[in-house]
Amino acid sequence: MGEIKLSDVNKSFGSVHVLKDIDLHIKDGEFVVFVGPSGCGKSTLLRTIAGLEKITGGVIEIDGKRVNEVSAADRGLAMVFQSYALYPHMSVRQNLAFGLENSNMPKNEVAERIAEAARMLEIEPYLERRPGQLSGGQRQRVAIGRAIVRRPTAFLLDEPLSNLDAELRVSTRAELAALHARLGSTMIYVTHDQVEAMTLAHRIVVMRAGKIEQVGTPLDLYNTPANRFVAGFIGAPHMNFLAGEVAELQTGTATLTTSGGHRLLVPFSGHSLSVGDKLTIGIRPQHITLANDPGSLKVKVRLVEALGSETVIHADLNGEKLLAVVPGQKQLSPGDEAYFSVAGAPLHLFDRNGLRVKGS
Amino acid sequence: MGVASRFILRRRGGNGWHWTDIVTWVWLVGGLIIMFGPAVWLAFSSFKTPAALAEFPPSILPYVTSQATVQGYDKPLQLFDAKMPDGSTKVLAEVRRIGTMSQMVDPKTPGEIVRVNINDRTPVRSVSFATENYTTPFTQFDFLRYLWNSVFVTVTATLITLIVNSMAAFALSKYEFRGRSLAMLIILATLMVPLSVIMVPLYSIISSLGLFNNLWGVILPTVATPTGVFILRQYMLTIPDELIDAARMDKASEWQIYWRIVLPLTAPALAVLAIFSVVWRWNDFLWPLIVLSRRELYTLQVGLSIYSGELNVQWHFILAMTVVTMIPVVLVFIFLQRFITTGIAGTGLK
Repeated sequence: MGEIKLSDVNKSFGSVHVLKDIDLHIKDGEFVVFVGPSGCGKSTLLRTIAGLEKITGGVIEIDGKRVNEVSAADRGLAMVFQSYALYPHMSVRQNLAFGLENSNMPKNEVAERIAEAARMLEIEPYLERRPGQLSGGQRQRVAIGRAIVRRPTAFLLDEPLSNLDAELRVSTRAELAALHARLGSTMIYVTHDQVEAMTLAHRIVVMRAGKIEQVGTPLDLYNTPANRFVAGFIGAPHMNFLAGEVAELQTGTATLTTSGGHRLLVPFSGHSLSVGDKLTIGIRPQHITLANDPGSLKVKVRLVEALGSETVIHADLNGEKLLAVVPGQKQLSPGDEAYFSVAGAPLHLFDRNGLRVKGS
Repeated sequence: MGVASRFILRRRGGNGWHWTDIVTWVWLVGGLIIMFGPAVWLAFSSFKTPAALAEFPPSILPYVTSQATVQGYDKPLQLFDAKMPDGSTKVLAEVRRIGTMSQMVDPKTPGEIVRVNINDRTPVRSVSFATENYTTPFTQFDFLRYLWNSVFVTVTATLITLIVNSMAAFALSKYEFRGRSLAMLIILATLMVPLSVIMVPLYSIISSLGLFNNLWGVILPTVATPTGVFILRQYMLTIPDELIDAARMDKASEWQIYWRIVLPLTAPALAVLAIFSVVWRWNDFLWPLIVLSRRELYTLQVGLSIYSGELNVQWHFILAMTVVTMIPVVLVFIFLQRFITTGIAGTGLK
């Protein structure tokens, strides 16, 4: 079992309030990713769950038991650190055995568990080496192995891939997903990389400045971001934001005008908008298409990034930046004029406070 | 020219001499003489006889004037190279000296006395090592007893120093608590208090604890050193906190974190402190002299002072025993210095 429940968790370092009223329920076997910009408190939140930081308010429960006062050692969790934190003076085998010896496990069982983890992670040839004699990827495996042998209720992973090179990161990511599927334990994973979050998570927790902005499945977050921050954070390249105003309201649709005077029709059913409201309109770069229609958005091309399979166009719409990702290869160069069409694109509307407009 | 000599003799000025070359050579050679000269002098002089030590001008090597037993004379006579009136030189033995003239005799023809001006003769000398300087103290004095006392004091004090100081350093570097910096500051401030200031209160503490005339009275006051705490703390600050967090997650107790994680990783700094501590304790003179008044408890340094009496100083014994007392310190340094330079290969981080 690995059910973790946080209620109203607060944490301050002196006068600095780093975690504010965190409420989160992580189900057994779930893969949850904490994501957010650096300094948002995601690592601190992980460390409070681990028991390495004492919380200053709220309750943490593991499998229904309050663990506020339980030490890190007795919470039954295992952690993989960003720097791996392998004991440099011990061999890989000793690194794996250290935690088991500390809980007075019989020697043959220690050996058995190490053998099993080593087989699973393919680190058997390095068991007698010291961490200093291993490559980055091998150390990473040992660090994960040290967590696995403990058979913890939940795994806590603090940016475990950030020290690997890009290629290794992709393959290790896939292995982590496979490992989770195989072990079935709860995993909490901290990263600032939204691609890792999207690919690994059952649910993503987006954090900013010590607060949870939104919790949801990767596609929930992508399709219906709760606010402008989440909309901008999830998805690459970032969502475009245009200033707009409500021009007309009919049943089922709202007509918006952009600062350049273009009119956009948005499906809308609700009562939260009224004519004259100022809005932010969010459009994903992938949803913009190139058009020849003079009625669509007329932009000036600033930069063209040809990636072969797709083309990223940086453009300027009346002083507002607009990014489009269009499939295939396009003959455009900086300074050209082009027409962007957003017809049929899902538009995201955010009110003056940056919150998603209900009914849009 | 070999690679080594080419490397050593390389000059900044190329073929010529830049002024920095001259400064460098003067500095290095001068430094070598200043640092190494006394040690060399000590080592050679420890083999000199008392007479050779008193000689002026002094020599580096231990010379002894050759002597020969000549028929018809009871005592051995000193040999000289004498310049004869005809210009040749001969080895003669001196019978006696009268004013500026010396009466000499050829060992081969003992009956015939030759008179030679003292300026025309030079003593026949050869290098000879007076090993009795070393053997006599071992047999006549209680040297082995002093040696044992010194070894006991040094080893025990060093072990306790390492443990106590590393514990203090661990707490001061890895635990967050109120007054941590203040505690460190106070410990460092005690560096500025010299022994002579605390000698009297320390003495009364030791004597009221009943440790007067006890080797523990020499050991205990010295084990907590601010320098040691400082060296170890600064080193432990470089051990990543994540390692300690990892150990906590691995169910390690605080003692295990200290003993199994922090201490092994602090080995280079511990080696440095061990060298310091051994040198300090081994060379301690004033404090053992105060605490120990019974001869059988003397440490080597105190024991050495026996050889300098009120009226006569037995320099040949002092020098010889100084060499002996230096040997363990030099050995410890040679053995431990590689730890200082190597550290632990690979840290396992990043």
